Amino acid sequence: MQSDTLGQIQNDREGKTPVVRALDLESGEEHLIRPFEDDSGSPLVQAARNAALADKSQVFEADGKRIFLQVFNPPLRMIVVGAVHISQALVPMAQIAGYDVTVVDPRRAFGSDLRFPGVALSNDWPDVAIEALKPDRRTAIVTLTHDPKIDDPALNVALTSTAFYIGSLGSRKTHAARLARLTTVGFDDDAQARIDGPIGLAIGAKSPAEIAISIMAKITQTLRQTPSEGSPVSVEQAPPAVSAGA
Amino acid sequence: MKDSSLVQQEEADILRQAADWKAQGRDVAIATVVSTWGSAPRPAGSQLVVDGEMNMIGSVSGGCVESAVVQEALEIMETGMPKLLEFGVSNSAAWDVGLACGGKIQVFVERLN
Repeated sequence: MQSDTLGQIQNDREGKTPVVRALDLESGEEHLIRPFEDDSGSPLVQAARNAALADKSQVFEADGKRIFLQVFNPPLRMIVVGAVHISQALVPMAQIAGYDVTVVDPRRAFGSDLRFPGVALSNDWPDVAIEALKPDRRTAIVTLTHDPKIDDPALNVALTSTAFYIGSLGSRKTHAARLARLTTVGFDDDAQARIDGPIGLAIGAKSPAEIAISIMAKITQTLRQTPSEGSPVSVEQAPPAVSAGA
Repeated sequence: MKDSSLVQQEEADILRQAADWKAQGRDVAIATVVSTWGSAPRPAGSQLVVDGEMNMIGSVSGGCVESAVVQEALEIMETGMPKLLEFGVSNSAAWDVGLACGGKIQVFVERLN
């Protein structure tokens, strides 16, 4: 590996840009691919994109070459709108699962440091707060206030982002009313379908902690089981004989 | 734990260490798991960084094959020629370097230039 390459990987991480290192396992030659910025459409870039989406480093085989695609994704993030009871259970669960969490609630009595010790809090309006956080495809956004004044501005911004998960608390009735409001501000069916509502995996959750589990489960499922674009990378199979170690 | 997933955080720390060591003028080699078959202890992408004094950070197998990888790494620091190593199922009756867990891994070892 060249020190330059290493430096660029570190810069991309700081800038929250996914980057894939393509390494020729025979020659040791390497180059970096920014899979969501590179429009060349080559099979290698497509494979790099799939690897980044799956968050899985893997070997890509083409033209008799074995290219290792090493994925460097930015950290997972979660934006929780509503410093409510469910959030108090969801935030620590998300942190354990590796998410960098920000709680947004313009109601200062709710979004106070006392209720969420050690967590990044924003008391801005959700649209302003979320825009400033620049959600990307490694970000999940959850709205939990079921107050349209607070949740709707959050959704309006969330739906224009590439966030991999958007979920909104509320009954079927509440959710239908929410979708009707989104229609009036111009979000079509495809956009609305991105919202997980009623929120979470259906596990019969009742208590705030159980609801948090169901939300965390759904986010995990979305992160790990969403099919990738285009054709899959070549399936791993037994490799040809290589120079053995030891 | 607050920043990012444990694996990712670790990965970032390992590469930062590699860059720091290099900046201090040390010889550095990087070993990366590139593929796994069966039950392997660390997934593809896992890394071990070694310097010329055999200081190391990270892991490629959780201890089973590290010593063999370090030996190869020292040689690669000298020659600059990268190498693809393969470690297979260990025969528990023998003292061979191998994976007791019954998996197989390929590890790419290269010098940081």
